Amino acid sequence: MSPVRRTLITLLAAGLLAGGCANDPSGSGGSGGDTIKVGILHSLSGTMAISEVTVRDSELLAIEEVNAAGGVLGKKLEPVVEDGASDWPTFAEKAQKLINEDKVATTFGGWTSASRKAMLPVFERNKALLWYPVQYEGLESSPYIFYTGATTNQQIVPALDYLKQQGKKSVFLVGSDYVFPRTANKIIKAYAAANGMTISGEEYTPLGTTEYSTIVNKLGQAKPDVVFNTLNGDSNVAFFKQLRSAGFTAQTMPTVSVSVAEEEVTGIGPANVAGHLVAWNYYQTTEGTTNSTFVKAYKAKYGADKVTSDPMEAGYNAVKLWAAAAAKAGSVDVDAVKKAAGGISLDLPEGKVTIDGENQHVYKTARIGLIQPDGQIKEVWNSGAPIKPDPYLKGYAWAAGLS
Amino acid sequence: MRNRAVFAVAAILLLVVAPLVLSPFRLDLLGKYLCYAIVAVGISLAWGRGGMLTLGQGVFFGLGGYAMGMHLKLQDGELPDFMSWSGVEELPLLWKPFANPVFALAMVIVLPVLVATLLGLLVFRQRVRGAYFAVLSQALAAAFVILLIGQQGLTGGTNGLTNFQFFFGLDLYEDADRRILYLVTALVLGASYLSVRQLVRSRYGQLLVAIRDGEDRVRFLGYDPALVKTVAFAVSAGLAGIAGALFVPLVGLLSPANLGIVASLELLVGVAIGGRYSLAGAVAGALLFNYAKTIFSEQWPDGWLYVQGALFVAVMVWAPRGLAGLSHQFRDALSSRRKVEVQA
Repeated sequence: MSPVRRTLITLLAAGLLAGGCANDPSGSGGSGGDTIKVGILHSLSGTMAISEVTVRDSELLAIEEVNAAGGVLGKKLEPVVEDGASDWPTFAEKAQKLINEDKVATTFGGWTSASRKAMLPVFERNKALLWYPVQYEGLESSPYIFYTGATTNQQIVPALDYLKQQGKKSVFLVGSDYVFPRTANKIIKAYAAANGMTISGEEYTPLGTTEYSTIVNKLGQAKPDVVFNTLNGDSNVAFFKQLRSAGFTAQTMPTVSVSVAEEEVTGIGPANVAGHLVAWNYYQTTEGTTNSTFVKAYKAKYGADKVTSDPMEAGYNAVKLWAAAAAKAGSVDVDAVKKAAGGISLDLPEGKVTIDGENQHVYKTARIGLIQPDGQIKEVWNSGAPIKPDPYLKGYAWAAGLS
Repeated sequence: MRNRAVFAVAAILLLVVAPLVLSPFRLDLLGKYLCYAIVAVGISLAWGRGGMLTLGQGVFFGLGGYAMGMHLKLQDGELPDFMSWSGVEELPLLWKPFANPVFALAMVIVLPVLVATLLGLLVFRQRVRGAYFAVLSQALAAAFVILLIGQQGLTGGTNGLTNFQFFFGLDLYEDADRRILYLVTALVLGASYLSVRQLVRSRYGQLLVAIRDGEDRVRFLGYDPALVKTVAFAVSAGLAGIAGALFVPLVGLLSPANLGIVASLELLVGVAIGGRYSLAGAVAGALLFNYAKTIFSEQWPDGWLYVQGALFVAVMVWAPRGLAGLSHQFRDALSSRRKVEVQA
């Protein structure tokens, strides 16, 4: 017994020692030295990897471009990439590591609301910055997070306005069972009540569900004017395939999705979703030279068959916006950057993007798109001008009871 | 004597050296590994000694964790944040008693022990064992996760419980206070280890091993195997509950992902690597496994899962009794070779 113990204790001690070595300050952190370290924290493994890897890639592209243009404050950016592993505590752990061990100046990361909620206390506790690049359910405004994806009044509310304008009276809600769909549906129900629309059904399935025949049956019985789809991830593939094989088309059972972008369309198979609607702030087809340069640069770096999507663009924007804020502040210090960020306005792939200094969200143009048979998305409506972010929906009378 | 010296060295390493040498971030991580090690002590008792392959230990970890998390969420007297965004306006009845710290602390142990006892009596009396028990416990973990996710207004759904600042007077935003929390965790691990070791060495421990190796024989001797096994299962559940309760303030959140099938398997894998027949092996295995997970994922963010998987396969193929079983294996190999030589 005792020799065994001895080996084990030696192993343990070795482990501890290695841990001790691992936390030696490794080179230059933050703004010291010749480079500025920035953290990139997305799921590179697990169920979310398929989506988040693309955001990491576009953020790396943006960093490369910033460096090619001379870096920030005369220093090159050095990305430190960590894997959130689709696991919320891992996101919190790696965020802490980036802040304490790598001493990064800022971090770009997250996708699911759960990962953001897990990281939020870490960034607030350490007074460090996070740039979160995905559309989300709103009702949040952390002083240490910048939100470059849409909040509800820049995506869901415009989508509802569009549906109302198209004369849709009854809406069926289908969503994955987590915070975003539930909050989104709460907002949709309040909107419907105030605008004379009816909710003909509300169904949730666990993340990763692939069996939708029951829900498709219910849709057939309820015969809604439109299905509001807040499913996330793989479930969309199963949902749209089963909807189609049950004989429904985009004409007989139109849907509007808020988590299906170019990347997901490729996964579902364009033939299965062509003709359905989506609501975002950016499409690969969005017009403008900034976007065509972005798409070209992305394809040149990662392959001609790759597509660009809204969250990727928002991640790309985050890097550019932070670099602009740091340049304006003349420092990468968190408070200085926060102070300088308000009002910064850049010409980015989706158009003009301005940071709202008060709630640290950005002004975004809402766009409704129609999925094309070739997998691209064609814009059929837009809000005309960037919409001021309103995460708590304070400017909407019908949303009074929501937050 | 030598065992005692080794234990003392380990205690000094964990209680004195680690807090002095490690950065606050690494110390936090070590604290998390220690939580898993507490669970490992329980698994080693139930699986190594009792032969109950429990694939659902995450459930008990979660029960303890949620009991603690609910209390921590109620400390500021306000409605927990996730309830307001889930549309719950009033504190649910289920939550109310958890505002009381004594009740919450009691529930950390009572809930998992109660569930394990009920399940144990039900299952072991029916003489369900082996793979059937393993599958059953795994199904329990899956069902528990679905329940938690479905009741978002009550449990926080997939997000779980997050954002705690205070833990019984400790400010979790302060490094010094976090160090105290770490030390508490290390002491709890030491206490769990010593008590389970005592239990294993008692007559009860011998009976448990006897049941593992020949349940029917023990039954014919007049003992009730169901009762003996239930006790071991309940103790392991209680330890998992305590570990879960410490995990919550240390890591700062608890979500269904921490107690589902994968999380439960990971708890088990650490024990398997260290060696389930040895308590010390199980503890070291849990520490090593989780330490390796951190280091691999930092070194190779893209491919760390493959490295980890390959190592696990290697251990299972070449050291089926775990690292702690290596020297036994080595001795066996030597003696069998000697036998061969003698025969030749």
